[in-house]
Amino acid sequence: MTSIDESDKEKLRSVSVDLNNDTALLIDIPDALCERDKVKFTVHTKTTLTSFQKPDFSVPRQHEDFIWLHDALVETEDYAGLIIPPAPPKPDFESPRDKMHKLGEGESTMTKEEYTKMKQELEAEYLAVFKKTVQVHEVFLQRLSSHPVLSKDRNFQIFLEYDQDLSVRRKNAKEMFGGFFKNMVKSADEVLISGIKEVDDFFEQEKTFLLDYYSKIKDSTAKAEKMTRSHKNIADDYIHISATLNSLCAEDSTPNKKNLEKLSDLFERLRKVEGRVASDQELKLTELLRYYMRDIQAAKDLLYRRARALVDYENSNKALDKARLKSKDIPQAEEHQRQCLQKFDKLSESAKKELTSFKGRRVVAFRKNLIEMAELEKNPPKVRGSLFFFFPSLLTTSCL
Amino acid sequence: MATSSERSPPPFPDSEDQDALDSEEVRGRESDEDDGEELFLSATNTPMAKEESPSAPAGLLVDLLSDPLIEPLSSSTNKPSSELFEGLTNDTAVTAGKPSVEASDEFVDILGSEAAAQREEVDVTVEAAAGDKGETSRGATDLLADGETRSAPEQEATSAAPVMDLGGLQQPPASAKVTDPLEDLLSDPPATAASDAHKPSGAVVDLFDDEGSDIFTGAPSSKPAKQPQKSLFGEADEDLFGEPLGAVSKKATSKEQKEKSAPASAGEPAHIFTEEAVGTVPNTRPVSSKTNGIPPEEDSDIFAEATVELSLDSPRSERRKEATTKQPASASTSVSAAASLTKPQSAAVEELEEEEEEELEDKFDIYVSVKDPEKIGDGMNAYMAYKVSTQTSLPMFRSKTFTVRRRFSDFLGLYEKLSEKHGPNGLIVPPPPEKNLLGMTKMKVGKEDSSSADFLERRRGALERYLQRVVTHPMLLQDPDVREFLEKEELPRAVSTQALSGAGFLKMLTKATDAVSKMTIKMNESDVWFEEKLQEVESADQQFRKLHALVESLVVHRKELSLNTASFAKSAAMLGSAEDNTALSRALSQLAEVEDKMEQLHQDQAANDTFSFAEMIADFIRLLGAVRGTFDQRMKAWQRWQDAQAMLQKKRELEAKLLWANKPDKLQLAKEEIAEWEAKVTQYERDFERVSATVRKEVVRFEKEKTKNFKRQIIVYLESLLQSQQQLIKYWEAFLPEAKAIA
Repeated sequence: MTSIDESDKEKLRSVSVDLNNDTALLIDIPDALCERDKVKFTVHTKTTLTSFQKPDFSVPRQHEDFIWLHDALVETEDYAGLIIPPAPPKPDFESPRDKMHKLGEGESTMTKEEYTKMKQELEAEYLAVFKKTVQVHEVFLQRLSSHPVLSKDRNFQIFLEYDQDLSVRRKNAKEMFGGFFKNMVKSADEVLISGIKEVDDFFEQEKTFLLDYYSKIKDSTAKAEKMTRSHKNIADDYIHISATLNSLCAEDSTPNKKNLEKLSDLFERLRKVEGRVASDQELKLTELLRYYMRDIQAAKDLLYRRARALVDYENSNKALDKARLKSKDIPQAEEHQRQCLQKFDKLSESAKKELTSFKGRRVVAFRKNLIEMAELEKNPPKVRGSLFFFFPSLLTTSCL
Repeated sequence: MATSSERSPPPFPDSEDQDALDSEEVRGRESDEDDGEELFLSATNTPMAKEESPSAPAGLLVDLLSDPLIEPLSSSTNKPSSELFEGLTNDTAVTAGKPSVEASDEFVDILGSEAAAQREEVDVTVEAAAGDKGETSRGATDLLADGETRSAPEQEATSAAPVMDLGGLQQPPASAKVTDPLEDLLSDPPATAASDAHKPSGAVVDLFDDEGSDIFTGAPSSKPAKQPQKSLFGEADEDLFGEPLGAVSKKATSKEQKEKSAPASAGEPAHIFTEEAVGTVPNTRPVSSKTNGIPPEEDSDIFAEATVELSLDSPRSERRKEATTKQPASASTSVSAAASLTKPQSAAVEELEEEEEEELEDKFDIYVSVKDPEKIGDGMNAYMAYKVSTQTSLPMFRSKTFTVRRRFSDFLGLYEKLSEKHGPNGLIVPPPPEKNLLGMTKMKVGKEDSSSADFLERRRGALERYLQRVVTHPMLLQDPDVREFLEKEELPRAVSTQALSGAGFLKMLTKATDAVSKMTIKMNESDVWFEEKLQEVESADQQFRKLHALVESLVVHRKELSLNTASFAKSAAMLGSAEDNTALSRALSQLAEVEDKMEQLHQDQAANDTFSFAEMIADFIRLLGAVRGTFDQRMKAWQRWQDAQAMLQKKRELEAKLLWANKPDKLQLAKEEIAEWEAKVTQYERDFERVSATVRKEVVRFEKEKTKNFKRQIIVYLESLLQSQQQLIKYWEAFLPEAKAIA
């Protein structure tokens, strides 16, 4: 069972997305409980909107509820022209749990101190995963709330307000398979659609850009993740080295003892620096890339829906031509064609707006995160500061 | 004095230390009657106080041993400089000047006998003797102070040598006599112990062993263990000089004088010992035992006699009797008594000398570098040759700089030769890096990748450090093979070093049998020091191995990080090119550049991890192996001695049987054999003692070297770390405006 409090979150907030906070509807997740695989989020809403019964309320929600909300939004026809904020990823506590398990197995090979440190490290990692999970869920809701259209969504309001368990039906096997199948069709469609001649230059550009960008950012995310993990590995090595030096030091009775002691201390500090670098990079870089990878996927989905509408429109045109040729059911065909065109135009228009704002949002978020990361890496944070303070003293004292 | 000794390390080099002066003055004014005693007690008490402090045993040993010896010395030499005492010292000089010659004659004789008596007493009453010490020591000091103080005003009196010289000049008989026995003493301890072999007369020898070992083990041992050591110091020392001189001290008039000169008495003998030991020890123990190869029989017999008598009479009356009547016996006992003294003192001296040696070592102007590995030949017969360059100003070499080409097996061959020659003597012969078939095969196949470059650099560095270690060892440097290795153009090919050759197989076989015999030898360790050191070395070995594995894994991870950073840099550059916002695109490509530099940084750091940290640890592991080897050599020597003893026992039994069977013809042969084996036992025991002493010295040296090395390497490593961290910050600093420029 883990829970986090407000103060912890303050510094985590604002990662990845920059939201224009609308005071009309403020949502946050002040608390979350982790029970086994399930995470229970407390969703807190503060609003001045009259569509809600009360101005201030909290409801318990689970990850599946978020997914349900996302799916409901995606399936709503009216929102086809919008970038639906990407659904938060499923909480993944497996890797820290596995590591904890492994650590327990290897306990005998380590000194007590070493074990404690490793455990602390894992606990910190676990907590970080937990916080990140809470954060992505929160960001999802905040993006919905700041969206002029989506914030008015009925399902969203139910999600926020209904104070009972939503008890959304979990997807059964068939639906799961269906979803999988739908994805397959979609990707096949995507290939098909990508071959369609684009009528609008803006979307033509946008399409090539997003496709290209998506593959690049996906690659970058994977690489950044690897890099972060390497930093963590090094930090772990430092723990072991420090501990071994410590036990060497305990047995040493020569003047070398002091050197060993200092060195052990040094590695302990290095570990903190390295651990800090790892978590900073994880938070500012990897998480940013990861989020925009999903966001771009959402934008791609929008383009897909638009392309789909375009195809529909073209098909309706063909149907109209056919009808005219056969002089049969012309009014229906005309009506259908008109509808399709209208839908497509509407979709295109809102998509254009969405994509433009998305671009601006992305640039702002990148700017913010990159600056923050550079500041963190450059401006020695506390740990590194202490390291620098420590170095000279170490050098002078070991120059006895 | 106690306080000053606690505060400051042995003030030998700068005995003019203001502290010493001050405390000297203060004591003088106090004119406390128990001062002399206090001095000794405080000196001996320091270890107790010190025990709590975490200082290392080596240091403690120095403190402990040198304090009583050196502090008084400095005080005595300082005296003339302090005006307060000028009158007094002049006084003493006049009054005691005359008797000094005759008295010192006596003194030498009495010196020993007293100590012998006292040593008996030590067994019985550890504390009791403390009582009469104040008196005796006060008297004692006068005499010795005489020679000292007379000469003192004339000189600057800072270093030990001039004092010694003057002392020697003024009291030729005394110094001659004192030093003579001392010379013997260096070899005598083993001798007397040997006599114990067939005359196990317990007490004395036990005492002897205990004290000796305790003193050496000094710091690590617990309080109770220190008891004998303390008593040895407190009593033997004081009484030795105290009592006989007490008679002379009747001439001395002022009490103050006596008290002040009390330190001097301790100081002088210390000098003598120092001088002596410094004179002989640099040639090391084996030499001294050779030159002083006095048949131990005589000495030990008389010695035994004396002690028996001593133990019968009450110590007090015995002392008087000894002093007056038993001159010849006491003369010989003095030898052994002083021997027990020399042990601790020589330990102190050893420490001192060690320091001197260290200084000397630093002056060993020789630097060996191994450079330019070059592949010679092709295919499986290919080998690597290295350029071995020596820079030196030592006269033993023909020129100041010279360079030779050596292949790896030559380095191994040198080690083989050295370890064969010096290993059995207990020297720690620095081991070369191991053969690495995999790395070498790669080399031979001719793959030129980063791992083989890494391998070569590692090996080159290891070889260089190996040679440097060899040449900084004062004894190994003298070895003709070392010189040949460094100087001679062509070396005969070292054949026995090939792993798969016949010689190599033989070597493996001997190693295996060695390992087996090592397991079978059960040595009942009589020396706590060795036992503890061995344990220390073994656990250190284990820990260093673990550490090495960890650092290696750190290197692996760092290399991984470097790779991952590189790939991220590429990816970020791609992302930058895909980005349609120009400023963001620019920032992303800048980020890519930063990460690129970071990659280089990580790579360099990985190299640093390897070369300044992992390799150092690898060196230590090898050296620790060598240290263990010396322990094994010591054990072997012990085993040989034990075997010889068993054999001697058998021969004796045979003799007894023959005697009983009345076979005179064979009896003669048996007697000859016994004599032969007795000689062997003595020889082997001496060997064992010698090896033990060498091992001990070598281990101390090793630890010192280790600490020094460690420090040096760590500083290098730290600097590299610091640099890379600073660089890292610079990179990010440069990046920040780019990130801010994103509009």
